[in-house]
Amino acid sequence: MSFLNYCINGLSLGSVYAIIALGYTMVYGIAKMLNFAHGDVIMVAGFVIYTMMNSLGVNPIVAVLISVIVCTALGVTIEKIAYKPLRKATPLAVLITAIGVSYFLQNLALLIFGSDTKMFTSVVKVPQLKLGEIIITGETIVTIIACIIIMVCLTLFIKKTKAGQAMLAVSEDKDAAELMGINVNATISLTFAIGSGLAAIAGALLCSQYTSLTPYTGAMPGIKAFVAAVFGGIGSIPGALIGGLLLGVIENLSKAYISSQMADAIVFSVLIIVLLVKPTGILGKKINEKV
Amino acid sequence: MSKQFKNNLITYGIIIVFFAIMQTLASTGNLSSLFKGLLVPICVYAIMAVSLNLTVGILGELSLGHAGFMCVGAFASAFFSMCLKDSGMNSVLRFILAILLAAAVAAIFGVLIGIPVLRLRGDYLAIVTLAFGEIIKNLVNVMYIGRDSKGFHISLKDTAALGLETDGQVIIKGPQGITGTPNDSSFIAGTIILLIAVFIITNFVNSRSGRAVMSIRDNRIASESIGINISKYKIMAFALSASIAGAAGALYAHNLNTLNALPKNFGYNMSIMILVYVVLGGIGSIRGSIIAATILTALPELLRGFSDYRMIIYSVVLIALMLISNNPKAKTFLEQHDLRTILRRAEKEDK
Repeated sequence: MSFLNYCINGLSLGSVYAIIALGYTMVYGIAKMLNFAHGDVIMVAGFVIYTMMNSLGVNPIVAVLISVIVCTALGVTIEKIAYKPLRKATPLAVLITAIGVSYFLQNLALLIFGSDTKMFTSVVKVPQLKLGEIIITGETIVTIIACIIIMVCLTLFIKKTKAGQAMLAVSEDKDAAELMGINVNATISLTFAIGSGLAAIAGALLCSQYTSLTPYTGAMPGIKAFVAAVFGGIGSIPGALIGGLLLGVIENLSKAYISSQMADAIVFSVLIIVLLVKPTGILGKKINEKV
Repeated sequence: MSKQFKNNLITYGIIIVFFAIMQTLASTGNLSSLFKGLLVPICVYAIMAVSLNLTVGILGELSLGHAGFMCVGAFASAFFSMCLKDSGMNSVLRFILAILLAAAVAAIFGVLIGIPVLRLRGDYLAIVTLAFGEIIKNLVNVMYIGRDSKGFHISLKDTAALGLETDGQVIIKGPQGITGTPNDSSFIAGTIILLIAVFIITNFVNSRSGRAVMSIRDNRIASESIGINISKYKIMAFALSASIAGAAGALYAHNLNTLNALPKNFGYNMSIMILVYVVLGGIGSIRGSIIAATILTALPELLRGFSDYRMIIYSVVLIALMLISNNPKAKTFLEQHDLRTILRRAEKEDK
């Protein structure tokens, strides 16, 4: 495999990270909380698609659509039950609750589907592309295109629509936004809905690339995506894209050229170095403290 | 007797009483073997919770990589004990030295990691500590150390790359970790280390340095302006916290035959688990951490009767506890029905 090939595979993995990181970043920007359960929504999406395709024989595209609907509903429900009562609580209390939700989803999946690894049939039916020596799989093409479309749509949504502007306002100042007549609770619910819907798409793409599924599938990509979000500057949408792509490429290149076992350590080391040089991430805003 | 002193005595008392009850139950055969096996882990996690409480509660920084320090301590001490296993040294002395070594190595890591990490704030600091924890776990998994007549050999590839002589012995075998660590840990040792950890931390908190650390937590800029050296005190607290975690790691390592770094025992999941103990026990409360760690370590095992459902019950209990403890109505209800409030009210009525 050539260098270029590793880079393209890295971009594909990075696109998945970017889509997951978007959910983290948006929720963080608005609710100022780390949604640790975000990674497990990916896993739920994977199992929904798996069940739809293997037990009910549903068309892959329809299965993905259903998983998006299920995860959106799940995201909103989690927010309503677990996070909404804690709006005024300390960030740590919210963090622990999010961890509780994460355990809950993992163990529910473990109870229903068991701990053995499931073979996941790829939902992508696009043939692979050959450009001389470089082979690009259908999954890679679809993942990268999906990532670009999502980024463009999301940016337009936030810039052009009222709901998107409301999101910006809430993330800037919750109280002021409320005084301007914005329904803060509805806006936060909408953010969770979008983030979870995106996580479902990311889940479909991730499982198609790795073709395996366990109750813990979402945990590590979730953490990596969180790293990507911090890497790019948490709260920033272009930052999530840049962070995700960089992380994917670095991970794949270090797997190929240095050591596959140490790839995670290298990814985390790069994060640490970036944060030491730029303490709020690549595109993060620097906030000066006032006395 | 000052209030502080009384408070500390109560904590020591609880630990000693718990120890005495468990020991009597064990010696009269009233303790199931399952629960007996839990006694040392309870000590390990209580020590971890107490030490993390120093970082989270006293220093006020969210660390998600505390298991990394435990990992460092565990491997350093197990390596040490393996090297001296056949030297005929008294096992108690060897265990004490191993614990001290674990604490020292973990403290060095605490300083090394603390210097860059403590420059960051809030969530960024949390994610970098998580990253360091994962790096430590990852590096331990690719590390091979062997020993022969020429001394130690280190490799990051495999056992063959060590180039050992035929009589050489591989001590750390990468993902297989360390096998055959002497089982020096016991419930008594765990209790003693826990008591020492509590003693060190409570004394630190009430010392001049401890007050400086708390002033940084409450207002960084104000404490900087009155001449407190922020970096020094932050790193001091962080390193102390790391070294106690290292000692817990030594206790953990000498309780197992095979020590390897898995996501389950040294990954971020474990760090988060310890954080859960600290938060549920009450941030800043040493006694709370110990009680929460004890109950929550025992809970999943006690729920074994529900086998498949136990982790679900655990997660639901966790969410419910957080929701209830942060519910304003529940808070006022608890305050009104608190024993102390009732006593105070009764006192007033008497007058």
